[in-house]
Amino acid sequence: MPATSAVEERSAFIHTLSNGLVLLAEPINSVQSAAFTMLVPAGYSTDPIERRGLSELLCDMVLRGAGPRDGRELVNDLEVLGVERSENVGVSQSSFSGATLATSLNEALAIYADIVRRPHLPEDQLEQGKQVCLQEIRGVEDDPGQLLMNELRKRTYPDPWGRASYGTKEDVLAATHEDVRQHWQRSYRPNNAILAVAGNVDWDRLVDQVEDLFGDWQTVDIEPHLEKALKETTPHIHYDSNQCHIGIAYPSVPYRDPDYLRAWAAVGALSSGMSSRLFTEVREKRGLCYTVSASLQTQLDRARVLCYAGTTAERAQETLDVTYAELLRLGQGIHQGELDRLQARIKSGLIMQQESTSARSGSIARDWFHLGRIRSMEELGQLVDELTADSINEYLTTNPPSDFTFATLGPKELTIPSPIP
Amino acid sequence: MKFQSHTLDNGLQIIAECNPAAHSLGMGFFVRTGSRDETDEVAGVSHFLEHMAFKGTPRRSADDVNREFDEIGAQNNAYTSEESTVYYASVLPEYQEQSIDLLADIMRPSLRVEDFDMEKKVILEEIQMYADQPPYGMDDYIKQLHYGDHPLARSVLGTVDTVGDLSVEQMQKYFESRYSPGNLFVAAAGRVDFDQLVRQVDERCGHWQPADAARDLPRPATEVKQERVNHEAATQQYVLQLADGPAAEDEDRYAAKILATIVGDDSGSRMYWDMVDNGNAESASLGHYEYQGAGMLFTWMSCNPADAETNCELIKEIQEKAQSEGFTAEELHQAQSKVKARVVLGSERPRSRLFNVGGNWMLRQEYRSVEDDLAAVDALTLDDLHRVLEKYPLTRATTVSVGPLDASSVA
Repeated sequence: MPATSAVEERSAFIHTLSNGLVLLAEPINSVQSAAFTMLVPAGYSTDPIERRGLSELLCDMVLRGAGPRDGRELVNDLEVLGVERSENVGVSQSSFSGATLATSLNEALAIYADIVRRPHLPEDQLEQGKQVCLQEIRGVEDDPGQLLMNELRKRTYPDPWGRASYGTKEDVLAATHEDVRQHWQRSYRPNNAILAVAGNVDWDRLVDQVEDLFGDWQTVDIEPHLEKALKETTPHIHYDSNQCHIGIAYPSVPYRDPDYLRAWAAVGALSSGMSSRLFTEVREKRGLCYTVSASLQTQLDRARVLCYAGTTAERAQETLDVTYAELLRLGQGIHQGELDRLQARIKSGLIMQQESTSARSGSIARDWFHLGRIRSMEELGQLVDELTADSINEYLTTNPPSDFTFATLGPKELTIPSPIP
Repeated sequence: MKFQSHTLDNGLQIIAECNPAAHSLGMGFFVRTGSRDETDEVAGVSHFLEHMAFKGTPRRSADDVNREFDEIGAQNNAYTSEESTVYYASVLPEYQEQSIDLLADIMRPSLRVEDFDMEKKVILEEIQMYADQPPYGMDDYIKQLHYGDHPLARSVLGTVDTVGDLSVEQMQKYFESRYSPGNLFVAAAGRVDFDQLVRQVDERCGHWQPADAARDLPRPATEVKQERVNHEAATQQYVLQLADGPAAEDEDRYAAKILATIVGDDSGSRMYWDMVDNGNAESASLGHYEYQGAGMLFTWMSCNPADAETNCELIKEIQEKAQSEGFTAEELHQAQSKVKARVVLGSERPRSRLFNVGGNWMLRQEYRSVEDDLAAVDALTLDDLHRVLEKYPLTRATTVSVGPLDASSVA
């Protein structure tokens, strides 16, 4: 048997440009690829209140031509370079990421510098961009699971933190070219932006190139967003389907909180792996549903545990009751065996993550955003090893799952458990 | 990376692509069985049996199986298709033996009645879940229209009725005929200790008795049909098209994949520029899927119902233009670059190599390295693509449209 695997020791490099853009890199010489993640502070929480969905629209528009290329040339050139790309609008940032052969990274980054700094935002394509966004809104209407989770987030987070990234049809239709241009001007900026690279790269040359591409990018000062009070809404949404979709949320701690790992491990006992509590109690022992899960979703300053179960209408009440009972039971603590399994799963997960340059570039970018530093995998591995059932249970005693928010979507209303005194 | 293979006395084959530089390994049992090997009476049994494998063995309860996979930190799962059932786990190298012990054990499940009855409920929930999601069962239906009573037209999930009526005896009989050592193999990729793997598999599976497990491979005689199905509750209209393409054993499959990339990849393709980029459709794509003795060129489009007719016209124009004018050298080069980058990026992860190595062995009993695949893509010419289009015209397609539009005409 081979010796016990350990998380590989790797160095991370950090360079902050004078305009605030942070460049991060994890060089890995044993691979052929390189991946990057560029985060700009254009998240859906920054959309003006009557222009929800603007960050999504902008994300579509910046790809319709930038620098010397029109939209078609831009996409074609990235494909010829072999860049597997993806874009995503999250609560705080828009993310542009790609993976390619390390030899093509320089050219790819130059195109991305154009995309974020010199987009054409062609006015004659605004209608097309809006149509793309409206298609997405319509598409989600046919995905009851996603629809339910969107409704749950809306009910558990005060605005703007619980929005759906694609906004609303009315707001998208109302957006003008000037709205898009202004949003780009204030949100695609170097201060609060992060560029993370992982793979077969030379750090010194990368710093030089990024200074060339982004060094003269001008900073923009912006006002922080105001949080609104949470609106009271009924939990049930009527939907014409065979299954009923159930969502339960409760507050937890964000990634940068010292208690995060303990909170995360507790949720792991609920839902990580096939021996976890929700899978065992709801699916394996009772056959109530095909899908049941819980995860800790973290934003910068707040976090929620979000649970989901989908089941046919006749079994929905029992599914809700059993799932809820498991959340309450978690407050009584977890067992050593559960923690042992969790530690094994986390460790293999960390080591397998090291095999993916895309996963690493995303991970170090997120680390920087949340912690203002890169937590090495080695350090994370050590922190996970140091977790004890006692310390997790101590956390759970002080912070048992409580203050629940419910959402249900389907043909029939369910009885929501009454709050515990 | 080094390929190794070994066959046990009872016919069970073990293959591996060993990469000492990897951090983890992926391994799995690949069983040559799926919905195409079923009969009407047991429709859905392959997939149900896949679930039952996790419900316990003579040595382990269902809880034990789940708990032990978690104890070694395995990322494990299983899936069933028309012609294969695959059980796999990604683990750290020190857990190779424990992982194979678990996987081999669940290949001989107990099929206890109480577990069977409980799991049946889960399968019925899974069927209901898919019934609520686009394309509302039409992916099965279009195969029935196109292939008629050919085995490939069989549904993987089965129906509420067929699964509901299934008995544990029927499953046991199906299991005995399909899970014989000659009808499945072990594949592994990544940091594999191959000599140990052979010993570990032999110890656990060497005594399994061989049995005959034949598969009918009738030539499909496909028919082109058009149908519209009403699904009032849907917001979007979904259009599926199925045309014949090169089969798994056909060398033309590479050309088919590249032409599908040019016509209908998710990004940068003709369908993307003419239909998705301008917001006419939510999505529009073409993919090539290979099976033993048959291949599918599958078109998928979703859009606002009001635009369905116009969009179907657009798809037709794109297809006719490809048939009559073919492609350009730039398009070929772009598609080759894109596909090659995907091959190389995927090769860095043992799990993705496992599915590649196992898939090749399943369909063709051959090993193909990353370099082999890159060379095959590089060697393609425009003539190859045009020849494949002529042999498998995109325009000869069965169409099913489902959504809020009424069922009176095709759009």
